[in-house]
Amino acid sequence: MTHFPVEKIRADFPILAQKIRGKDLVYLDNAASCQKPNAVIDAIGDLYRNDYANIHRGVHTLSVRSTDKFEGARGKVRDFINAASEKEIVFVRGATEAINLVAQSYGRANIRAGDEILITGMEHHSNIVPWQLLCEQTGAVLKVAPINRKGELIYEAFDALLSEKTRLVAVAHMSNALGTINPVEKIIAAAHARSVPVLLDGAQAAPHMKVDVKALDCDFYAFSGHKLYGPSGIGVLYGKQALLEAMPPYQGGGDMIRKVTFEKSDYNKLPYKFEAGTPSIADVVGLGAAIDYLNAVGMENVAAYEAELLDYATERARNIDGLTIIGEAAQKGAILSFVLENVHPHDIGTMLDSLGIAIRAGHHCAMPVMDFFEVPATARASFAMYNTRAEIDVLMQGIESLIKVFG
Amino acid sequence: MFDELRDLYQEVIFDHNRNPRNFRVMEDADRQVEGFNPLCGDRLTLYLKMDGEVIKDVSFQGSGCAISTASVSLMTEIIKGMTEQQAAELFKKFHEMTTGKDENLQLEALGKLAVLAGVREYPARVKCATLAWHTLDAALKNQHTPVSTE
Ligand SMILES: Cc1ncc(COP(=O)(O)O)c(C=O)c1O
Repeated sequence: MTHFPVEKIRADFPILAQKIRGKDLVYLDNAASCQKPNAVIDAIGDLYRNDYANIHRGVHTLSVRSTDKFEGARGKVRDFINAASEKEIVFVRGATEAINLVAQSYGRANIRAGDEILITGMEHHSNIVPWQLLCEQTGAVLKVAPINRKGELIYEAFDALLSEKTRLVAVAHMSNALGTINPVEKIIAAAHARSVPVLLDGAQAAPHMKVDVKALDCDFYAFSGHKLYGPSGIGVLYGKQALLEAMPPYQGGGDMIRKVTFEKSDYNKLPYKFEAGTPSIADVVGLGAAIDYLNAVGMENVAAYEAELLDYATERARNIDGLTIIGEAAQKGAILSFVLENVHPHDIGTMLDSLGIAIRAGHHCAMPVMDFFEVPATARASFAMYNTRAEIDVLMQGIESLIKVFG
Repeated sequence: MFDELRDLYQEVIFDHNRNPRNFRVMEDADRQVEGFNPLCGDRLTLYLKMDGEVIKDVSFQGSGCAISTASVSLMTEIIKGMTEQQAAELFKKFHEMTTGKDENLQLEALGKLAVLAGVREYPARVKCATLAWHTLDAALKNQHTPVSTE
C-alpha cells in the first residue's frame, strides 16, 4: 500500500473523532456529503469574525476584504479544474442548480421542438429532471443511452443515439449510485464530431480525481462544494467562455446587471451575468479553503488511496455469502452499492447505525437505476480520503453479523 | 452485537418478516389499495373482503423492510373480523403509539402491535411501520388512489 497520511488527515476532521451509540463513528456516506476539515470550518468562521461584508459594490474596507476572498476562491476553482479563465467559473448553489442553469439558459435559447437531448441510464435525478422540464417547455425529446448489467454505459448504443437531432449530451462523469466512471473523453470526442456540446455532471468525480476541463474539452462541468469537503449550498458551473457569452441570463437581479432603466437593462460581464443577488459569500470562501486542502494532499494521491480502499472493500464484500454488489464497472470510483439476499437496505442502514457506521440506504436519487437492477433500493458505502481499511473491516464484520441476526 | 436494537427488532418482527401472514393476492377482493414509500422503495398492495361493515378477509403483497413487512403482516392478523369502525380506531391508536405523542398511551390496548412501539425512538423508521396503516385507512375510506408516505 502506498503511503498516504490518513491519520494526519483524520485529525483535521473534528467530526470524525466521536462515538455514535457508544461506538467509534465510521462515516461511509461520503457520496451524499463529505465532512469538513478544520481549514474549511475556520475559513468560514474567520470571514464572519473578521472580514465579512457584502461584496463587489462596497468601497469600505470590509467589503474590499470580502470581495478579495470571494474572488480569490474563484481563482482557486479555476486552477483546480484548469479552466482557461475565471470568467468561466460561475458560482451556483450546487450541481443541481448548475444543470438547471444550463437547461434553462442554454437549453431554451438553443433547443427546439423535435431536437434531442442525450443522457445515460445511470444519471442522478438532477441530470434527468431539468432536461424533462426543458423538453416539456420546448417539445424536445429526451433520449437515454442504456447501461449493462455491470452498470457500464453501453457505448455503442450511446454512439448510435447521437444523431443530427442531438443538441446536447449530458452525462455523469461518475455515477453516485453505481460508482461507474464514464468514458467521457470518448463521449466528448464523438459528440464534438457532430458539433454537439457536452455537459458533464461532476458532482461525484470532482472529489475523487483530478479534473482538467481543458484536457477533457467538455463544454460545461457541474459540481457541488459539499461533496468536495466544502460547505453545502455552494457549487460551480464551468462553461466555455464563448458559450456562456452567448447565453441569456438565468435569473435577474442585483449584481448581474450593468445598467438598469425601466425600459431595458444591460447585463453584466461574465461570470457575474449568471450570479444574480448576494451570493453565499462565506461558503465560496469555505470552498476555496477546501480546494487548498485538497491541493495540499494532492488529487492524484487521493485517487490512488481511494482506489486501494475500493479494491479492498470489493474483495471483502465478494466473500460475503448472500451479498450482491450493484455496479461492477471496470472503471469505478470509491462507491460500493450492494444488496443482501434476506435483508432490506433500510434494515441494513439501521443495523449498521447501531454499530456507529453511517451508510446510505435508498434509491440514491437514481430511481431508474434501481428499476434497471430490479431492486427497490440498495445499501451504499461510499469512501473518502479519510476512511481506512480498519473501518472497512468494521463495516464487513457488521454486515456479516446482521446477516446472522436476520437468519 | 445488536443489543440496543432489541426494542426495535423484537423476535416477533423477525418472525413476521421471515414468514409474513396473509401474504397472497386476493382474487375476489372488494377493495384493493396500493401503498408506496418513495424514500425506501417499499411497496405493498392491500386487499380487503368485506361483509357489510365487517372485514371478512384481508391479505397483502409487496416488498419492504422488516419493520414494514412485520407491520402489515401483524395488521392483517389483527383486523380480520373487525368492523370498519374498530379498525379505524385501532389505526388512531397505532398512529399515536408510533409517533409517540401520547405519553400515557396504554400499550396493552394495542395487543401484539405493541412490539412496534420501538420505532418511536427511530424517526427515520416511523413511516416503515405506518405505511400499512395509511394504506388500510385509504381502503376503509374506499379510496382507490395509491397511498404515498411522502
Ligand atoms: C451524480 C450526482 N449528480 C448531481 C448531484 C446533485 O448534487 P447537489 O444535490 O449537491 O446539487 C449529486 C448529489 O447527490 C450526484 O451524486
